[in-house]
Amino acid sequence: MIIKNLTVRFGAFTAVDDVTLEIPAGAIVGLVGESGSGKSTLARAVTGLVPYTGEITGGDPRRIQMVFQDPYASLDPRMTVGASVAEGLRVPRAARQAEVERLLSLVSLPASMAGRYPRELSGGQRQRVAVARALGARPELLVADEITSALDVSVQGSVLNLVRSLREELGLSMLFISHNLAVVRYVSDVVAVMHRGRLVEMGATEEVVGSPRDGYTRSLLEAVPRLKRA
Amino acid sequence: MRHLLRTPAGLAGTTLVALMVILAIAGPPIWGAEAERIDPAVILQGASAAHPLGTDNLGRDILARVLVAGRLSLFLALLATLIGAIGGTVLGALPAVLPRRPARLVTGTVNALVAFPGLLLAMFTAVIAGLGARGAVLGIGVAIAPGFARLTQTLAASVAGADYVSAARMLGVPRRRIMTRHVLPNIAEPLILNLTQALGGALLGLAGMSFLGLGVQPPSFDWGRLLFDGFGRIYSTPAVALGPAVAVALAGIGFNLLGDVLARAASRTAVPAGKAAPQAASMPGELDAPDPEAVLEVRDLTVTFPGGVTPVRGLSLTVAPGEIVGLVGESGSGKSLTASAIGGLVPYPGEVSAARLRLCGTDLGELPEQERRKLLGTSLAMVFQDPMASLNPALRVGGQLAEVATVHQGASRAEARTRAVDRLGHVRIPEPERRARQHPHELSGGMRQRAVIAMGLMGTPRLIIADEPTTALDVTVQRQILRLLREVTGESGAATLFISHDIAVVGELCHRVVVMYAGRVVEELPVEKLASGAAHPYTRALVASLPDMDTDRSLPLASIPGHQPSPAELGPGCAFAARCELATGRCAERPPLIPYGKAHQVACWEAS
Ligand SMILES: Nc1ncnc2c1ncn2[C@@H]1O[C@H](COP(=O)(O)OP(=O)(O)O)[C@@H](O)[C@H]1O
Ligand code: SF4
Ligand SMILES: [Mg+2]
Repeated sequence: MIIKNLTVRFGAFTAVDDVTLEIPAGAIVGLVGESGSGKSTLARAVTGLVPYTGEITGGDPRRIQMVFQDPYASLDPRMTVGASVAEGLRVPRAARQAEVERLLSLVSLPASMAGRYPRELSGGQRQRVAVARALGARPELLVADEITSALDVSVQGSVLNLVRSLREELGLSMLFISHNLAVVRYVSDVVAVMHRGRLVEMGATEEVVGSPRDGYTRSLLEAVPRLKRA
Repeated sequence: MRHLLRTPAGLAGTTLVALMVILAIAGPPIWGAEAERIDPAVILQGASAAHPLGTDNLGRDILARVLVAGRLSLFLALLATLIGAIGGTVLGALPAVLPRRPARLVTGTVNALVAFPGLLLAMFTAVIAGLGARGAVLGIGVAIAPGFARLTQTLAASVAGADYVSAARMLGVPRRRIMTRHVLPNIAEPLILNLTQALGGALLGLAGMSFLGLGVQPPSFDWGRLLFDGFGRIYSTPAVALGPAVAVALAGIGFNLLGDVLARAASRTAVPAGKAAPQAASMPGELDAPDPEAVLEVRDLTVTFPGGVTPVRGLSLTVAPGEIVGLVGESGSGKSLTASAIGGLVPYPGEVSAARLRLCGTDLGELPEQERRKLLGTSLAMVFQDPMASLNPALRVGGQLAEVATVHQGASRAEARTRAVDRLGHVRIPEPERRARQHPHELSGGMRQRAVIAMGLMGTPRLIIADEPTTALDVTVQRQILRLLREVTGESGAATLFISHDIAVVGELCHRVVVMYAGRVVEELPVEKLASGAAHPYTRALVASLPDMDTDRSLPLASIPGHQPSPAELGPGCAFAARCELATGRCAERPPLIPYGKAHQVACWEAS
């Protein structure tokens, strides 16, 4: 899927400025940048939630799904997990329950979870439900916007493992957005760096992280906190 | 339900409404015959023992008629409210479902109607629909509808922006279905609350219509009609008009009060904050001698909330001058409450106890309230995740800093002002003169956090507590703030307690690390040991599950199954047991925090 010359304006303010980005089939493209750099706006444009100029080619724009940052806001509090996951399904009624169970098992949740309400779930579990719901629509591209930022470190690891297993097992393409460069580096094949609405650098993960060309990318890399190794 | 009766307004509202309901049910069977009994002997009388509210032109008892009229008045009001609420809700929901143009038209109409005086709208409708109860009910319904439509629109707009609605849109769920499945159920509660108040309004409105002769026509009668009949005699026999007027007023007030109280209960905010002062705990075990060097020394700090909820349990901590101690743990582990307890900021009804809570060599638990405040005010600086928690949005930055110096140090205004600018410059805010004259919202997030640190530096703080000060900031800004904290600690010799969920940040900044889990310290270790010398399974798992720039990308990340038990769920054993790979039968008993090599303590049975 190719995003070409995508621009989003809010009045006179240009939030995303002429971004061109290729997401190869079956690859995870990581998008980093500071807050306000336009990452979320790009995500919302790609998924059709805000109007934009430019084009998206090489895929069906209706088969793009997104998972949001806040697992507490992305599930309807009055719907069971099963009902939420079933929402995007295009299968006959009789096959629905089996499909919900299959989706829950894809994200390593027990089938019994279907009858529960979001308030009974932890943040990490909710995020899995949101991923299962998105997978139900059999997306060609999954956009994940800061999906681990609101999670505790102790569960972040399992959600990142899930992201990688989805690519390996389902061949899912993904646009993985995070302000955390270490997280992006861990899951992505390709890293793209955004700054003030523009794409300033893009390349294979090891290249961008190992030998950044752009000054802004370098300053981001230097700022990543590191545990002192003994 | 209980809090309904706790306030005087709630009690009054509930009682009045209950009385009205009883009246509507029991009134006609009890007083129905009396209300209709014509007695030519007592025509048009004023108040008397036999007829407390007098009689009408056919000699019927007005008190009985008022009591009987309750049912019709309330029934008509209910009907009008339902018409208005249903009509209004549909009208308000339509724009979300209709194509753009008709949607605009509906919104415009609603806006125009909201601006139109309600009673005029009601009368207009009633005149068109025909005199009588039907017209009046329709009229009041129409008058109520625009308010409901506006409320529905506002509420729906807020829900429509929710992530779960966006998710449904992306999944291709049709708009009508989004409305019925997601939006309406989530806005039902405030709408129903509004209904109660609208009922009170409808009651008054209908009485008004009947009073103007537009409403209920004889031989039927409601309160408004009785008022209309009695009004001509108000100067000669006031009781005949007062009775129905009082009935209408009481019912109207009752429904309004109840609606008000219900609405407030639904949006109930936290209990007003009073601050809990630390109590010296009468701990059995022996207490070591106080450390004369330490800036902060905490022993067996416990924070409890009613209902046996204890989010901080027997925490001990020491911070020396010039030292930065990191307090890490996942959210809910009790980090922030620990900070609040030290600063005397635990909100009511939390209770703080400690075997020792010493700041700069003085035991806070033994100080009188006023002196404790003074000590905290001059020697403790606190920095929170949200700088706006410490800055007043209405005041200029410089003035707020200066206030610290005038209040705590008795500086003159000019001195304080000069110092404020100096401090802003010290935390490397460019153009401190100009920034001092600005309001907080004119500063970026990182700049505000610097201003808060500068505020802490107005005095000479001995202890700086920074609670997730960089969590909301970008990595590049985070890096600058961390450097600033390091410099400030170094040059002032203050002690810093740095709280974070981010073990990498703590590892980079701090000298010593204290790991909290479920309200307790599970490990305390020198920072050099964090990456590969941690002894507690939780600390190790935290380090292993954190991807950093050197993590092997071909291997899955370590992760910890399950979740941290909430303070109410805690049992007697090791709190980590349910998630721990090494757990054995012994872990049903809680492991004590014991020394484990130099400057290292751990609470785990398997760690030796
Ligand atoms: N609806 C909107 N109206 C005006 N400005 C917006 C709107 N949504 C986002 N922005 C602005 O667009 C910029 C980019 O925001 P965002 O996409 O959220 O960035 P990021 O995801 O990197 O934090 C920010 O300056 C933000 O304030
Ligand atoms: S005491 Fe037992 S359960 Fe607790 S951390 Fe140690 S081994 Fe695990
Ligand atoms: Mg964002």
